[in-house]
Amino acid sequence: MQRIEYPGVGETLWFDTLPNGLKLAVALKSGYTRAYAAFTTCYGGADRRFRFGGEFIDTPMGVAHFLEHKMFDMPDGDNALATLAANGAQPNAYTSSGLTCYHFESTENFYDNLRELLRFVSTPYFTEESVAKEQGIIGQEIRMGDDSPDYVIYDELMRCLYDHHPIRDSVAGTVESIAEITPETLYRCHKIFYTPGNMALTVAGDVDPERVRALALEVLPAEPGEVPVSDYGPPETLLPARPRFSKAMAVSAPQMLIGVKLTPGKRGGALLRQKLLSGLALQYLYGPSSPFYHRKYAEGLLNADFFVDADDAAGTVTLLLGGETRDPEAVLAAVQAQAAAAARDFDAERFARVKKAGYGARVRALSSFSGLCASLTDGAFGGYNAMDAFAVSAALTEQDVQAFLADALAPERFAMSVITPVGKEAGTNA
Amino acid sequence: MEPTRSQLLPGVFLTTLRTDKFKSDCLSVNLLTALDRETVAKNALLPRVLLRGSIHHPDLDAVARAEDELYGAKILPCVRKKGEMLCVGLYAGFLADRFTPDGEKLLEPVARLLGELLLSPATHGGLLRRDYVDSEREKLLDDIRARMNDKRSYAMDRLVEEMCCYEPYGCDDMGDAAHAAAVGYVELTRHYRALLLSAPVEIFYCGAAEHDRVAAACAEALITLPRGEVDYDLGTDVRMNAVEATYRSFDETLPVAQGKLCLGFRLGECMADPDFAAILVFNAVYGGSVTSKLFENVREKLSLCYYASSACDSFKGVMLVSSGVDAKDRERAQAEILAQLDAVRAGDVTDEELTAARRYLAGALRAMTDSPGALEEFYLSQTLKGLDYGPEELAGLVELVTKQAVTDIAAGVELDAVYFLHGEDTGEEAPEDAAD
Repeated sequence: MQRIEYPGVGETLWFDTLPNGLKLAVALKSGYTRAYAAFTTCYGGADRRFRFGGEFIDTPMGVAHFLEHKMFDMPDGDNALATLAANGAQPNAYTSSGLTCYHFESTENFYDNLRELLRFVSTPYFTEESVAKEQGIIGQEIRMGDDSPDYVIYDELMRCLYDHHPIRDSVAGTVESIAEITPETLYRCHKIFYTPGNMALTVAGDVDPERVRALALEVLPAEPGEVPVSDYGPPETLLPARPRFSKAMAVSAPQMLIGVKLTPGKRGGALLRQKLLSGLALQYLYGPSSPFYHRKYAEGLLNADFFVDADDAAGTVTLLLGGETRDPEAVLAAVQAQAAAAARDFDAERFARVKKAGYGARVRALSSFSGLCASLTDGAFGGYNAMDAFAVSAALTEQDVQAFLADALAPERFAMSVITPVGKEAGTNA
Repeated sequence: MEPTRSQLLPGVFLTTLRTDKFKSDCLSVNLLTALDRETVAKNALLPRVLLRGSIHHPDLDAVARAEDELYGAKILPCVRKKGEMLCVGLYAGFLADRFTPDGEKLLEPVARLLGELLLSPATHGGLLRRDYVDSEREKLLDDIRARMNDKRSYAMDRLVEEMCCYEPYGCDDMGDAAHAAAVGYVELTRHYRALLLSAPVEIFYCGAAEHDRVAAACAEALITLPRGEVDYDLGTDVRMNAVEATYRSFDETLPVAQGKLCLGFRLGECMADPDFAAILVFNAVYGGSVTSKLFENVREKLSLCYYASSACDSFKGVMLVSSGVDAKDRERAQAEILAQLDAVRAGDVTDEELTAARRYLAGALRAMTDSPGALEEFYLSQTLKGLDYGPEELAGLVELVTKQAVTDIAAGVELDAVYFLHGEDTGEEAPEDAAD
């Protein structure tokens, strides 16, 4: 294992790739009571079509998420969630477009809990009956998502921005698509995607890294297995497929989500740099400490829920700006105008302050075990070391940000998804 | 990690937890006042207005610039309902000193900025600026209306509002739209001055600094705090029984696909001399964990809903159950939720269930010692309850709770109100279900 010290930010990490292909990262957290582990497969809602064993395989929408729900069932009738909880752990799982993560936090019996985590995620057990029952539960979850403006606005923005990339698909699928799922679908996808070569184990806590490594070697299969290659279709163009989406729902005021898709950087350092640069540019231009935000806030156009983010998943990188507003079109126009103005008139002092604040926020974020492990996992799948973020960020210059703004934020690159209050709709689908 | 507590000024108390564990320090200043329908909107508005600008940092840009210079320190408005008390204040999170690249100290300047925002607002003619008050009032109103956007929490808010309509507890911590809309800048200034004079103040710090250093920084930051007669007469009225002989039922229609069924209970007898550890374990056994009866039976075994969970407020002595169900399953879900409570009452709790609940809680409590934010919240609640022990000690107490204590609590629990949020009644079955 490789041990790397980061004295400036007070962290020590251990990294390794095991003979079976599993990527391992352990952040040592001396003096902490709890420890956290995340066992993640690089398999999410967007991985619907893939090449494996020399052939292309197509699967219904929602399989990765369905698997996540069913993985907790064990052949002996136990439920791994309950087993872990009964052993003092707080387990949970989530599925995004690009990955499925199983995790727990515990203050005692860490190694027992870790063994159970590795064991249950590697043990598929599905029956006709359990699949049928889960179709009911996930059907409820999908209906809950249909009522959630946050889910709808995000899914629809992706459908505006992307022409054919499967990030357009809802992670949970639809009631119709999950009806197609059988135990065989689940067994097959588990076998293909839950192979150590396609997975990462990340841990944060006051633990023994060598013991973590030994446990992973003991419990998981010895062979890496073939790693599937997802087919997301041909590259997307830079322009959105549709500029707008609008839908009326039971909300109090219009909700907007503005987006720009980027051509994703190459796996490795380029991808990390792209994420950090786009995040820094967004903060500089529109973040909560920006003059732009303060102006629009004082004008009553933006509220405190306004956020900016650079989101990456399943081979996509998307810039996001969102929140509640009385006039989404006015916000979008102002966002576009601000990008154009900033390319002409750059505030070097503000840029330096944003970098300083970004450093503080990044160091503080190391205290979140789940956040740190998620970053390390992203790095393991993206081919970089997430801890390099400090060095890469420090090296970003004014010129880098200016070039990014001129290139990425041209007005025609933007799309917007809007949820309007029922009774005040301006018409559906533009 | 033992807390140290001292009085800085009349009615102003500082609690510090010293630790080198965290990369982030936290400092909060809380003015304590009664939760009251007439004043809650003003209290909710106040910290938002104060954060718009101070005497030396007159607008948002100036405040944000100062925060960015302090390595992205964040001072946020913080209004919390604790039973029928309201904690109104500001919460600062900032980088621990030892991680600033050139050894800059952040505690003192952050405390100074926080004190200035709290005590020396931007004013015009001695009054809070009208434009700031008007603007923040509109945003507060937006937030009050936006409660409906998240149907799960909205349904719970509505249950509490209806169930406790005769008690201050029925107020939301943002107040209601009618009261909020009526707040003007003159009235808010008057309210602000009165609150500063009379409110007990609880300051909490967690980080690497020694108590004396924090006390000195806070004393300097709050040097202009005016002190009058401090109103310590704060507390929560616990209602032991349901309001009517049979539970009250409330239905509401919104355009939603999934129904939300919420049940409100009075904890009853156990609140006479509450055993907080036992209440926690009772809740974890019944519906507050993934090994609970609600999760295992209503969700997993019967697939009646996507979620079903319970939460207890031991300040007020209420328990709320929240679930997401199809409208057609409403009756079955409610019957099952009540049947599971009956099971706890009847002592139908296995050793495994009890042990799992205790371990789950003890783990969660011990994990709090790893988070400055969780510690702040915990110690503030403890102070308001008049308790002085920490999360680790409470974890120890939880591990000693017996099955008898759990069933005794369940015996006194009484259903008071049921709230159901559902879509338009079309008179038809819901669209075809994939599960059949």
